[in-house]
Amino acid sequence: MSTTPTRSKNPVPNKERMKMPRQHMPEQLPQIRNKQFTEVNLGYSAELARQEALRCLECAKPTCTRDCPVGVKVKEFVQLIVDGDYLGAAAKIREDNVLPAITGRVCPQEDHCEGACLLCKKGESLGIGYLERFVADYEQQHFDPTTIVKAPPTGKKVAIVGSGPSGLTAAGDLVQKGHEVHVFEALHEIGGVLVYGIPEFRLPKKIIREQVDIMRAMGVVFETDVVVGRTVTIDELLNEEGYDAVFIGTGAGLPQFMGIPGEHLNGVYSANEFLTRINLMHAYEFPKYDEPMVDFRGKNVAVIGGGNTALDSIRSALRLGAGKAFILYRRSEAEMPARKEEVKHAKEEGVEFHVLTAPLEFVDDGKGWLAGARCQKMELGEADASGRRRPVAIEGSEYVVPLSVAVIAIGTTANPIVQSTTPGLATTKKGYIQADEASQKTSRRGVFAGGDIVTGGATVILAMGAGRRAATGIHQYLTTGEW
Amino acid sequence: MFKIIHAEFIAPGIKRFVIEAPRIARKQRPGQFVIIRINERGERIPLTIERSDPEKGTVNIVVQSIGKTTTTLNRLETGGSILDIVGPLGKPSEVKNFGTVVVMGGGVGTAMAYPTAAAMKRAGNRVITILGGRNKDLVILEEEMREVSDTVFVTTDDGSYGEKGLVTDRLRQLIENGTRIDEVLAVGPIPMMRAVAEMTRKERIHTMVSLNPIMIDGTGMCGGCRVLVEGKSEFACVDGPEFDAHRVDFAVLVQRNAMYREAEKQSMALLKEEETKRECEYEKLQARSEARTEVPREAEVAGALEGK
Repeated sequence: MSTTPTRSKNPVPNKERMKMPRQHMPEQLPQIRNKQFTEVNLGYSAELARQEALRCLECAKPTCTRDCPVGVKVKEFVQLIVDGDYLGAAAKIREDNVLPAITGRVCPQEDHCEGACLLCKKGESLGIGYLERFVADYEQQHFDPTTIVKAPPTGKKVAIVGSGPSGLTAAGDLVQKGHEVHVFEALHEIGGVLVYGIPEFRLPKKIIREQVDIMRAMGVVFETDVVVGRTVTIDELLNEEGYDAVFIGTGAGLPQFMGIPGEHLNGVYSANEFLTRINLMHAYEFPKYDEPMVDFRGKNVAVIGGGNTALDSIRSALRLGAGKAFILYRRSEAEMPARKEEVKHAKEEGVEFHVLTAPLEFVDDGKGWLAGARCQKMELGEADASGRRRPVAIEGSEYVVPLSVAVIAIGTTANPIVQSTTPGLATTKKGYIQADEASQKTSRRGVFAGGDIVTGGATVILAMGAGRRAATGIHQYLTTGEW
Repeated sequence: MFKIIHAEFIAPGIKRFVIEAPRIARKQRPGQFVIIRINERGERIPLTIERSDPEKGTVNIVVQSIGKTTTTLNRLETGGSILDIVGPLGKPSEVKNFGTVVVMGGGVGTAMAYPTAAAMKRAGNRVITILGGRNKDLVILEEEMREVSDTVFVTTDDGSYGEKGLVTDRLRQLIENGTRIDEVLAVGPIPMMRAVAEMTRKERIHTMVSLNPIMIDGTGMCGGCRVLVEGKSEFACVDGPEFDAHRVDFAVLVQRNAMYREAEKQSMALLKEEETKRECEYEKLQARSEARTEVPREAEVAGALEGK
């Protein structure tokens, strides 16, 4: 591992750096990429990465690191890129983030590091996500498992429930501290929402597999096809299988429906089902793969919602051949929780945004299939609890959008399987697990929890932050024995 | 990978697999099911657990060849393996001393009903079992059911075995005879379960049915298996698979199960096409190798197909 220089070799004077434009991410052309599932963003070349890295102002008190949920030392890794030490840069990120190739692609940087970047004041922020992706991909291409230094074993065993972002982060941190780590996954592939939720064109499965392979090389053991709560309980893990601590990172789980008429019609999907069919089960490659999907070719498809899941769904629909692809969102575009880059990409690819629009009912074709959605126009009223302006229905504005497929992407609720099979595990009114914000400790000794199963649906990086805090909490518990 | 310890046909097109799955065997309760995936390109489908042996660490699943996955699965033999099996999933059956319980199994549904029937008997119930099938061959697990039932009736559609008629005809007779029935469990094809529900609704007999909608993850995550229960969406994988028959909207269940009919047909057609091709190649190779008095190896057949 290389040492961090106190001063970088950046030859560009600070004033000049402010004038340098942000390097664009090379990407596939919209009219080509919207027909295939291959990755949209192609990644920086070494030259582009260097050009971009030179823009960093190297702040004395970096606000980017302050606003990163896992505290990545941005300035230091960017300096290492300027120095041409890409493996050093990757190692620097890895000190705080075990999944850089993933966060470099899916993290909402504008809400964290890039949003806090001082360059924003004069122009565009530093492309921190793009740079992170660059060094992570470089590391994967040049990864040498023999260089892994394993910490001396502590003799303690930790079970991680769920292999999504929080579980993988906790596993990576704990194995580096010398604990024996087993990850249990309910599905047949490792990665949780990264695998079933985020499409290939935004996060290729290969990237996840490679990151998981690195973790395997570090000593993490993965077991698929285990639904904790059903196949084995938390108490059995602790009392019969000899685990000293358990981390629960099972994700938000249950898809929310709207409770409007017609949701059971053929052609109406939850985003979770729609994306699982495509991402986990490869339904877009039917009949090469066995899992089927309804025929999207030339059809009108709408996704209800304005988050990343909604955009992933509608862009997938386009790639399945949808004739028209709509986003129906009840607030305005400013309130959309999706990453800015995804909104931009979706528009370029031909997605039509129908904002301030709320479906009231799904209409059938008389044969049990979806024919359309009766919608209502909305206007923005006073701010609600989330600080966003509440949509209010406009009387007499109802109209029907003809549709063959509708995907509901309005969020998720807590999956109850672990909670209902773990006596004494305190939950909130909505069924999420109660956990201490600093240590991620639950009401049960030795049991920690984090990610969406604690907070409700959030982002990959926030779940990773929780996994990281939990790993620290678990390490402390295992070394001191104090609860 | 899950090893197939034993595989045998128990009826034409219906096979029983004994599979090594210690964690599932230890936890399985009557009424629960598993989800399997045969190979890397396979779909995930829910299947019935007939019984499990926690000591040996095995579970028995019973599979009827219907679509591509079940047909391919039923070609696997003892010593083979299944890529993924996950479970036990779903809520276990509610088992207590109701008094008299009528257990109705239609076709392969009998395998799902069997462990619950056994548990009902152990709980002190009088168990009356009605088994049905299109013909004699499709009445399965009769002997096993007799061991756990006080009375067993058998009906076949064509009268080739037992009484000619439907399981509901027998149920009607029981009701008309004035037999006291406290609880009914019906597992079988949807039209059968629906007919049972209609019959017992009038008699106000509490009735449970075990539903088998299209499912993917089996943990409540995708919502694909939602069934309409008194106008509300419930998930068969976590809220079921057993539901109060009088609250289920069977029409919606039928409609949703038909969602991929075209794709299913296409998959089956491709499977048959592939097999015909394989058989032709095999015959050709065999003819060629007979000249050399050698039997072609699997690899040769696969190689010949690859080249095509």
